[in-house]
Order: sequence, then C-alpha cells, then structure tokens
Amino acid sequence: MDFSLTKEQEMLKKLAAQFAEEELEPMAQEIDEQHVFPVENFAKMAKQGFTGVNIPEEYGGAGGGQLEKAICVEEFCKKCMSSGATLSIHLMAPETILKHGTKEQKEKYLPQLTKGGVLGAFALTEPSAGTDAAGVRTTAVYDEATDEYILNGTKCFITGGSRADILVIFAMTEPKLGTKGMSAFIVERAFEGFDHGKIENKMGLNGSETAELVLEDCRVPAKNMLGKKNKGFGMAMGALDSARVGVAAQAVGCAEGALELAVQYASERVQFGKPINRLQGIQWYLAEMKTKTEAAKALMLNAVYAAETKKRYSIEASMAKLFCSQTAREVVNLALQIHGGYGYMHDYPLERMYRDAKLTEIYEGTSEVQKLVISRSLVK
Amino acid sequence: MRIFVCVKQVPDTSGTVAVNEDGTLNRASMETIINPDDLIAMEQALQIKDETGCQVTAVTMGPPPAEGMLRELVAMGADDAILISGREFGGSDTFATSQIIAAGITHVGLQEDDMVFCGRQAIDGDTAQVGPQIAEKLGLPQISYASEITKEGNEVTVKRMLEDGYMMIKTKTPCLITCISDQDKKARYMSLAGIKHSYESPYQIFDFEELKDEPLIQPDKIGLKGSPTNIFKSFTPPQKGIGEMLEGADMKTAETLAAKLLEKHAI
Repeated sequence: MDFSLTKEQEMLKKLAAQFAEEELEPMAQEIDEQHVFPVENFAKMAKQGFTGVNIPEEYGGAGGGQLEKAICVEEFCKKCMSSGATLSIHLMAPETILKHGTKEQKEKYLPQLTKGGVLGAFALTEPSAGTDAAGVRTTAVYDEATDEYILNGTKCFITGGSRADILVIFAMTEPKLGTKGMSAFIVERAFEGFDHGKIENKMGLNGSETAELVLEDCRVPAKNMLGKKNKGFGMAMGALDSARVGVAAQAVGCAEGALELAVQYASERVQFGKPINRLQGIQWYLAEMKTKTEAAKALMLNAVYAAETKKRYSIEASMAKLFCSQTAREVVNLALQIHGGYGYMHDYPLERMYRDAKLTEIYEGTSEVQKLVISRSLVK
Repeated sequence: MRIFVCVKQVPDTSGTVAVNEDGTLNRASMETIINPDDLIAMEQALQIKDETGCQVTAVTMGPPPAEGMLRELVAMGADDAILISGREFGGSDTFATSQIIAAGITHVGLQEDDMVFCGRQAIDGDTAQVGPQIAEKLGLPQISYASEITKEGNEVTVKRMLEDGYMMIKTKTPCLITCISDQDKKARYMSLAGIKHSYESPYQIFDFEELKDEPLIQPDKIGLKGSPTNIFKSFTPPQKGIGEMLEGADMKTAETLAAKLLEKHAI
C-alpha cells in the first residue's frame, strides 16, 4: 500500500505544521491552565480553511478527504492536543450532515461550519449511554400542529458543547424500538429549549470545553431531522468510525510531538559529563518510542485508506484507535521519563501531553469497546 | 494591472549550515525556504490584489525543483507563476541574473500600470543588487527598502525606511519596488483552497529557447560567462573570543580601556 503524499498533501502538511507552531503552540499551556476554549485559534483555523478540510468546495470546504483531515489533526496535535482534538471533533458535525443531509440542510449549515467560523458538535453520549450507546434516553416527540419535534433529555461529555452553534443531536423517536427507534437532528443553539449545563473539570484536554447539554422542550423543525426517521443509530456508529480515525490521528500527533521533545531534550541534557542521549538506556527508550509511533502511524493510515475506499471500516478504525491511543500514552510516558523531574513540572509541555494523551483511550469509544468491535469480527 | 513578484529559493540558515571544503555553501544538503524579504514582497502584492483585484505573478530563476516554491506562492494567493530555468543561465551572478529576469518580464510584457516587487535582499548572498539592477535593465524608476506601498491610479506612494527614519516617495507606474520585512509584517499563510488548486493554476517555464530572442539575452551577459563577479575565496571566519566588559563611567575605567586598546595596537 502506497502511503506517500501528493504534492498538494505535502504542502498541506507543511502549512498545518507551520500553523501549529506559530498559532497553536504558543497558546497551548495557557489554554490548558485556564481551561478555556481558544476562540481566536478556532477563528484562525476557519480563516485558513482547516474547519472544512474534508468537505467539498461547493459547501465552502477545502475539498479534501480523510487523509487531509488526518494530516491536519496530526500536525496540530504535535503542538497542542486541545486544538487538534477540537478540529477533529468539530468535523464530525459537517461530515454527518454531508453524508446524510438533504440538499437544503447542506446548503444552509455546511458553509457556516466549514468557513463561517461556527463550531459544530456531535451529541450522542448521555449519563446512561456511554459505551452502551443504545441506552439513549433523550426523546423526540413529533408535534403535528407546528411540524416540529420536541426534544427532552440531557447529553453529557459533549466536546465543544458550550461553544457550538450547530449540533448533531441523537434522540429516541420511538423509544420502545431501542436502537431502531433513534433519529438524528440538526439543532441550532438558538433554538428554544436548548441550553448547555455545566462545563466539566477534566484531567486534560482542557482547551477543549466539554459540556453537558440540556434539552427542555427544545423545539426542532421537522425539516431538521437528519437522514431518515429511526435510522439514527447506524448514522451514529458510522460517524464514530470516522471519529475514531480522527482520534488515531490525534494520538499519532501527540506521540510524534512527545518523541520530538524527548530527542531534543536528550541531546541537550548533560549528566555524567555527556548528553544523556549517549546513554544506552535512553537510546533504547528513543528507539522503542520511534518504532511504536511509526507502527501506530501505519495503522492510522491503513484506517484512513479504508475510510476512503470502503463502505464499512469499523474494524480498521477500531484497531487504529486502540493501538494509536495506547502508543500515545506509552510514548508520552517515556518522553516524560526521559525528562526526569523537569517532565513532571507544569513549565514543560510533557505533563500536559501525558494528561491529554490519556483521553484518547477513552473518548469516541474506550479501548475496551474497540476490542469488542475487533473481536466480534473474529469470534462469530 | 499586474504585479510581478521576483522571488528566490534560499538555503534555510536557521537550521544546520553546511559548508563545503572550499568554503562555499553546501546547498544540496540544506533545507530550502522562500527568501524572507521576498515573502514580504509577495504579501505587499497580495494586499494590493485584495484591494484592486489585480493579477499577481510570481517569478523566479532557478533549477526545476523551484517549482514547489512557486506553487506555494500560488497557494498564498498569486494567480500564476513563471520559472526561468536553463543550463545556459547557470552560474549567473547578480548582474546576469537581473539581465535574465528582466528578459523574462519583458517577454511577458510590462504594461503601463504594472509593477515589479522584489525582496530587499536574499539571505544567502545579501547583496541587495538584483532588484535595483532589474529596474535599470527595464528602464524603470525604483524605490528600495519599502515598508508600505499604496497605489492610486498610476501613482504609487511608498514609505521608504532609512536607518534613522523614513521618507515618503511617490512615483508613477510602471516601477520597481524592493520590500523589507519588519516585526509587524508577516506574510499570510497558504490557504487550503489555494493549496488544492496550486498545481492547476497557470504555470510557465521560460528556458533559453523561449527567451533567446529577447534583446537582453546576450551570450556575454548571461550565465557564468556573462557574470563579471569573480569569487576568489570563500571561508568561514574564525570565531571571535569572548569580549571583555569594563564597567564604570569614571576616569579610571577610561584609562583602563585606553591602556587595553593601546596594548592591542587599536589606538
């Protein structure tokens, strides 16, 4: 399989790396410490076209695909996981609307999300529906008099939930049918009955606000139903496959960023009269980190390739997500170890990356769920 | 209205600087970047394009891989690009280079309201000669060290930076302006939309065959043979030792300083 980039993709990678270094990295520590979403960073991403990287040009996007998305997310995450994750998760909304939306929905919402600087969000998780996504309790009841659906329920752990203006929200249109009674809706923040609840105080990824959504008789026009009625569960699972490839790209970027820092530090830190990269113990760590990171990247690109060429790619996405997230945690851990006491200090980026990397093993499906998806293809 | 922006691909001296045994730069082993002042020249041109919708053409002379740089400039916002490339042009010094680039611009045709922008100087040679020489060869008025450029009709107003101040100069188009970077000015990023179409935009290669009938292309004025500059020796200067700081504003310190300068035969 040829994973080499085209000239345009090479150029995109160069731009994303430059943008990450000049615009995202300088803010990374501050947004982590202050737990604040970097509004200006998102606006800058939109100005350059990153926020619509894999959406067709006719809808204001940059006309790329899964690979272009992965390139940007990976480069951003080398310098600032919060920013890379924000982009990756934002894209779930336009991707889902593009795939399942009507012409009218696409024309109305996609340009806002791709180039208008509007943040998108994807709301499936609920207090009772985490790993078991079928446990969604939010209801959507049709009101014939107004041709609207009335949504009631609470969503939790929604990335960007406190900032997003356009959200894809999943609710039960026929609760007694279980997963076959779930539908998706495009919800605007301005809709009556929509609000966000508390913003979570997380361990990491603090520059990406994670919020609770409160839907109290939230009135959503029937024309804002996304896809067909009661077909929401399949749509959600499809969107999660794409999101998992995105998390794999985040994790690879994080591992690469940590490796870069470790290589640099090991060449500068002098102990016993020589740089510590002359010590075999450190050399072996670096070799292990590099090998794992490259293996993770290959698996991530394999999933990107599957996403671009196959209708279903759940197994590839889950394998990439499982391995890349585990690799990110291990590589960041070793990078921190190489930094010794300095790595444990807030002044150095590694303790932040250590906290950020952990989330890649949890969100968009825990590692255990990925194993479930993968093993189901083996044990029938 | 068109603005030609002359650019150069240079070694990235912020990384490792590789030097050959004969003292010349080992360009092949170094990363390349777009010369920083040239990027600012492109930004100035694109700002005028933002206001007027004029055409911006990136021009360079160099080997075929310089295409990548030109495509990046198109991704920033240039409309088209011209690569002047040929073995006959190799080894050119600033005189020959400006002769060839001027021929390239003449080949396209310079209209009444066109302008040529260059960076002040390139970070590899630091001569600041090519821009002014192109102006001379095209018979254009020139303004160097420009930090701000505004154009109204055929009149161009330029803020020209000096060591201890600036002067405002007006001239008429067509003209040539060399641009300088300052802390407040940053070239824009490439856009994703620009990147997508960077390899679809008009792109021309002018080789010797294409330009040979231009009056400026004369065998004794291009390439190594046409270059009056001779480099006798290139070398890396030895590093200076650590200086000694004397503190104090009194007579004794002054006497100490004078004694040390005498000792070194500096005075």
